[in-house]
Amino acid sequence: MSNEAVLHANIGEAHDVHSNHQTHHHETFITKYVFSQDHKMISKQFLITGMVWAIIGGLFSVLFRLQLGFPDTSFPWLEDILGKWWAEGGHITPQGYYALVTIHGTVLVFFVLTAGLSGTFANFLIPLQVGARDMASPFMNMLSYWFFFIAGIIMLASIFVETGPFSGGWTAYPPLSALGDTSPGSKIGMDLWLISLALFVVSSLLGGLNYIATILNMRTKGMSMTRMPLTVWAMLFTAILGVLSFPVLFSGFILLIFDRNFGTSFYLSDIFIASTNTALPNEGGSAILYQHLFWFLGHPEVYIIMLPAMGMVSEIISVNTRKPIFGYIAMVGSLFAIATLSFLVWAHHMFVTGLNPFLGSIFALLTLLIAIPSSIKVFNWLTTLWRGSIRFSPGMLFALGFVSMFISGGLTGIWMGNATIDIHIHDTYFIIAHFHLVMGVASIFGMFAGVYHWFPKMYGRYMNTTAAYIHFWITLIGAYLIFWPMHYTGLAGMPRRYYDYSIWESFKQFAELNKSISIVVIITFLTQFLFIINFFHSIWRGRKVTSTNPWKSNTLEWTTPINPGHGNWPGEIPEVYRGPYDYGKDGIDFIPQTTPIGAEESGHH
Amino acid sequence: MNFAMNTPHNSTRMHPHKFTMWIATGSICMMFAGLTSAYIVKSNQENFLEFSLPIIFWLSTLVILTSSATMYIALKSFKARMRNRYRLFITLTALLGIVFATMQVVGFLNLENHGIALVGYKSNAAASFILVIVGLHALHVLGGVVALLIMFAKAFSSKIKNYNSTPVEVVSIYWHFVDILWIYLLMFLVFIR
Repeated sequence: MSNEAVLHANIGEAHDVHSNHQTHHHETFITKYVFSQDHKMISKQFLITGMVWAIIGGLFSVLFRLQLGFPDTSFPWLEDILGKWWAEGGHITPQGYYALVTIHGTVLVFFVLTAGLSGTFANFLIPLQVGARDMASPFMNMLSYWFFFIAGIIMLASIFVETGPFSGGWTAYPPLSALGDTSPGSKIGMDLWLISLALFVVSSLLGGLNYIATILNMRTKGMSMTRMPLTVWAMLFTAILGVLSFPVLFSGFILLIFDRNFGTSFYLSDIFIASTNTALPNEGGSAILYQHLFWFLGHPEVYIIMLPAMGMVSEIISVNTRKPIFGYIAMVGSLFAIATLSFLVWAHHMFVTGLNPFLGSIFALLTLLIAIPSSIKVFNWLTTLWRGSIRFSPGMLFALGFVSMFISGGLTGIWMGNATIDIHIHDTYFIIAHFHLVMGVASIFGMFAGVYHWFPKMYGRYMNTTAAYIHFWITLIGAYLIFWPMHYTGLAGMPRRYYDYSIWESFKQFAELNKSISIVVIITFLTQFLFIINFFHSIWRGRKVTSTNPWKSNTLEWTTPINPGHGNWPGEIPEVYRGPYDYGKDGIDFIPQTTPIGAEESGHH
Repeated sequence: MNFAMNTPHNSTRMHPHKFTMWIATGSICMMFAGLTSAYIVKSNQENFLEFSLPIIFWLSTLVILTSSATMYIALKSFKARMRNRYRLFITLTALLGIVFATMQVVGFLNLENHGIALVGYKSNAAASFILVIVGLHALHVLGGVVALLIMFAKAFSSKIKNYNSTPVEVVSIYWHFVDILWIYLLMFLVFIR
């Protein structure tokens, strides 16, 4: 591209820019808190919206666990609250149950762990840690949030329509998702689901484009790629995954919309609907095609959820052990390897679709390869902890919880990656246990770690540590008590998504187990309110931060004022002279990235 | 508020907005890659209708190629500060974009008139794919037209004198991209039958 153009543009806007970033003239309530273009405010918007969705999604899981744990008990108050459609006679209805599991999955995967996690921390940390005043396009960044917000409103609306929200599973496989007559939830609920998710894709793309452009183009002087904190590397790969895989999901959705509304036959063939007693004229479609398009996004999506948590955990562990992260380049390399492999393994979700067994073995091989970069990461986290002077701050505890969950859930991934084992445990509680531990709970732990660790930077106050410790231990123990037993029920063949296991001779034996899981779910869910209260209480009443660098950390976000304005640094953006992990070097506790290399200093990078 | 230019040594780097546009083109490519690979999968299964593409798709190719040329001249004129020529050519480009999209719609009607249903229960996925792929591309061209209209409004407003060529360059990248994308899609639809 023409260099003169860029130079020329520079001259044209120079005045503008310099007068802009410091003197922040009258910002109204609307421009500051609602339609804000400040990346820090947008990140808080993502975080709080994500928290609202986490409560809704979590509450839904409590409701369907009531059905699973107490299938014979009637809770009349449920009908009072939820109405007849959801809970007639105090029992969750079958239609209500399927709606609950579907929306729980959709909301947690997309709204909480994609938007709530990377929307919050990519927005907050990228400009602060690479040394930029804001995102490449603050306006697009604002649009990204508002598209997400509208997507959420539409999803919320779908819960209240007469025929209920979509109830065919979060993966929305056709024909259930393509034909309105197949179930109540496939009617308007599915239309709203599709509109909501289409808007969500737009939101993710607008955000992702910005994250990539900011990281690659707007780093401060001296911030070479290999001096970036691992959080930023993780956000970069996350954004690349999103930008490359969400459009494919979108194309799958477009074909689904045509099948639903315009009578085409992309996914539909030879269908007889019992409820209306009609045979459909659609011919030649293939439902498996949708699965390919869906899982081409769906698999990278789990890494879109994982990678930001991995990046933040790397950073938090290093800061709180006062040691450099072990194997920085290996950490970056393994992130790259995971991101690349994530595009090549989608068919491992489809081993039982009649996939050619030869193809299946290739996908099994590629899937098992992911174990290598994942183990490198775990090894490096553990070796970073080794002989560190560990500070067990709440952020650090949740980071350790993440590593624990990731190991526990990751090990079962090695089982399931094998097509032969997967055929036995496909669609059982084993898979539920696996993915909830490895990406669900682990990423939520990464998110909690991030919130506890960066809260002082976000709001200039600390969160209450005692409440945080109680929150951590109950959540950690709760998560294991909930998901560990599911491995056993899954191996025993208990399928997922069934409405009532007590009527099955083979699964009656698990009645007490299911009951105890449900009780732990309720306790763990209620404990999360300790976090919510702590969070909002601390925004206004928390202990004030008095130093700009409370964790004694090296990265650039801690060189900004305690409450940075729009533009982040009041003067010049600091220059960077070293990597972010110089902890304990030459006997010095920590050396911020802005400190020039000393003459006497031992080997540096 | 434009912080985008405010990096200390940005003169050696591409403008972030232009860079964003390049990544966005990659993203759009992935969407069409999804659709065209779905098309390949389908075309290998039974019951995939064979028919020839309407001639008008070739004529519309000429139109979009011409529009790329006018876009090129418009950008050159903007950089040379020849405002009148810039206004003329940006208008021409937008008009050609609308003509292109209209011709694609005529192409769809052509198919329907020859008894090849694009939608509805009588449709074959082969024809529906043409509608989805070509139609989605035409929507992207129209998106470019909207961007050009904004440029157009700016170019004719007498109050704002703006010599920053970045927005024009961003639109121009996008415009050439949808042009090349169309050539690819046309070749794809011609050869993968």
